[in-house]
Amino acid sequence: MNRKYWIAVIILVGGLYACEKEVIETFVSFEKPANFPQPVYHFSTNTISKDGFELGRKLFYETLLSANNTISCGSCHIQTSAFTHHGHTVSHGILDRLGTRNSPPIMNLAWNTSFMWDGGIADLDLQSIAPITNHVEMDETMPNVLSKLRNSSQYPALFKKAFGSDEITTSDFLKALSQFMVMCVSSNSRYDSIMRNEPGKMFTTQEQQGYDIFKQKCNTCHKEPMFTDYSFRNNGISISSVNDEGRYLITQNNADKYKFKVPSLRNLSFTAPYMHDGRFFTVDAVLDHYASQVQYTPNLDPVLQQGSSPGIPLTTDERVKLIAFLQTLNDHSFLTDKRFSEQ
Amino acid sequence: MKKNIIKVWAAIGLALLFASCKKDGPIAYNSAAKAELSVEFDNIVGGADLQLNTATYTNAVGESFKVTKMKYYVSNFKLTKTDGTIYTVPQDSSYFLIEEGVDDEAILNVPEGEYTAISFVVGVDSLRNTMDISRRTGVLDPAGAAADMYWGWNSGYIFLKLEGTSPSVAAADHVFMYHSGGFGGYSTPTPNNLKTITLDLTARGTPKVKQNKTTNIHLMVDALKVLNGSTNMSFAAVAMIHSPLPGVPLANNYANMFRHDHTEN
Repeated sequence: MNRKYWIAVIILVGGLYACEKEVIETFVSFEKPANFPQPVYHFSTNTISKDGFELGRKLFYETLLSANNTISCGSCHIQTSAFTHHGHTVSHGILDRLGTRNSPPIMNLAWNTSFMWDGGIADLDLQSIAPITNHVEMDETMPNVLSKLRNSSQYPALFKKAFGSDEITTSDFLKALSQFMVMCVSSNSRYDSIMRNEPGKMFTTQEQQGYDIFKQKCNTCHKEPMFTDYSFRNNGISISSVNDEGRYLITQNNADKYKFKVPSLRNLSFTAPYMHDGRFFTVDAVLDHYASQVQYTPNLDPVLQQGSSPGIPLTTDERVKLIAFLQTLNDHSFLTDKRFSEQ
Repeated sequence: MKKNIIKVWAAIGLALLFASCKKDGPIAYNSAAKAELSVEFDNIVGGADLQLNTATYTNAVGESFKVTKMKYYVSNFKLTKTDGTIYTVPQDSSYFLIEEGVDDEAILNVPEGEYTAISFVVGVDSLRNTMDISRRTGVLDPAGAAADMYWGWNSGYIFLKLEGTSPSVAAADHVFMYHSGGFGGYSTPTPNNLKTITLDLTARGTPKVKQNKTTNIHLMVDALKVLNGSTNMSFAAVAMIHSPLPGVPLANNYANMFRHDHTEN
């Protein structure tokens, strides 16, 4: 009788324990979407964990990272705009100081081979240093940021939870931010579900025709499925008043003058304005550019010089179909995913 | 009994003989034992000691200037022994940040022995420049000692900074800032300003490194040679250098700024 009683108690406790475990283990770590290539981020030196990711998210939305504690990474990378700075040609940072470029999206960064419009940063773990220390962005020093975090009431314990030590190191700080950023995967557009052959998902006739045009006229640079080949190209936009020389600033090779990184077209309905300096406010304006406004500036990309005049010829009908296809690259779930929002 | 006494005396005599031989002969080194060797970087300007903020100097194109900062990385030390073998200081303990008025020494831990040559890199090699952030500690910590020796926008360490003022600089504050960096790029080739310096130590005194003694290689580092050399820099022409390409003439110049002055054994 006694023995049976104890067995029952053990089973009951075991059962409860198992239930509790299930609740705890809801965190889903980084997963490669089935229709995506292998990521390039070095997960071997930064294992994603729930605590690391949550710490990274808190840091991403932390205003202590700026000189006067007013702005965070999330100020210029807004989730509802696919982590870009909607409504601004060039982004404004601390004290509304203007930069020279439009903030790129925090999206699918685990596949990025370099960061920034000019590719000046090759490792995501080193990326955060640039906006934090830039005079027109957060204008803070790295030693100050770490000192503020070390003196805060919350962060030492959160770093201990995530990395096993409450001593806040440069490496742990940057890797926590990376953990949050690589988790920001956008892979649930209509295009993705169709490519994954999900039941009941297919292009409309118009979208399919647009897709065919896309493959013929855009896919060289905006390569599927990431919709960028991560290369640097001059797409023939006029040279800006600040004469931003793009990739040349990094390589200091004349052949790289006026080249910028090819941006992904994913979520393009939410990431306006377009180009490195946000000069085009609508997709229509971008297509106008490619159809009739491409200019012969130094190092204009050869793929834009194949016809009698530079650019990509597009009929009105082709434009309508192309835009219909491009709309299928929007991933609304990414914009509303609570995991990526300020908590 | 008497025999025994003779034996004892013989033994004592023999022992003394060996001891005296040892004294007069070459130093016995235990190459398995490591000892401290310091390398002193003594910054000068031509024939004068470098004095920050106060002293006035003149460059090769006749411009007068004052120095407010001189700071540079030295790394990847190698030492050549008298038998020609080369000892490479392990990389994790081979990075030093020299700054006038702050730190002028690289303390190395090397096998006992006599050395005839030293070589080191001015700057931070490409391997460390592309290494995981967790390996960039101490003087290489971009949020610590390296915070002002790191380009965030173009990931990489600044190898050398020479800053000051010159009436030849047109700007109101007359400030010049010469920063050199550039390790050759991650994937696309970019300017490489890494310079390896090799100095002979035989002419001015070889270091004899042994435990329980101090040995110091005293180098003179001539700030004037950052400015003068294959390209004579002009503050009027260029006041600011903040990226690899314009730093190329600087690096070519400063590759010749180190000389061995003497060794303290």
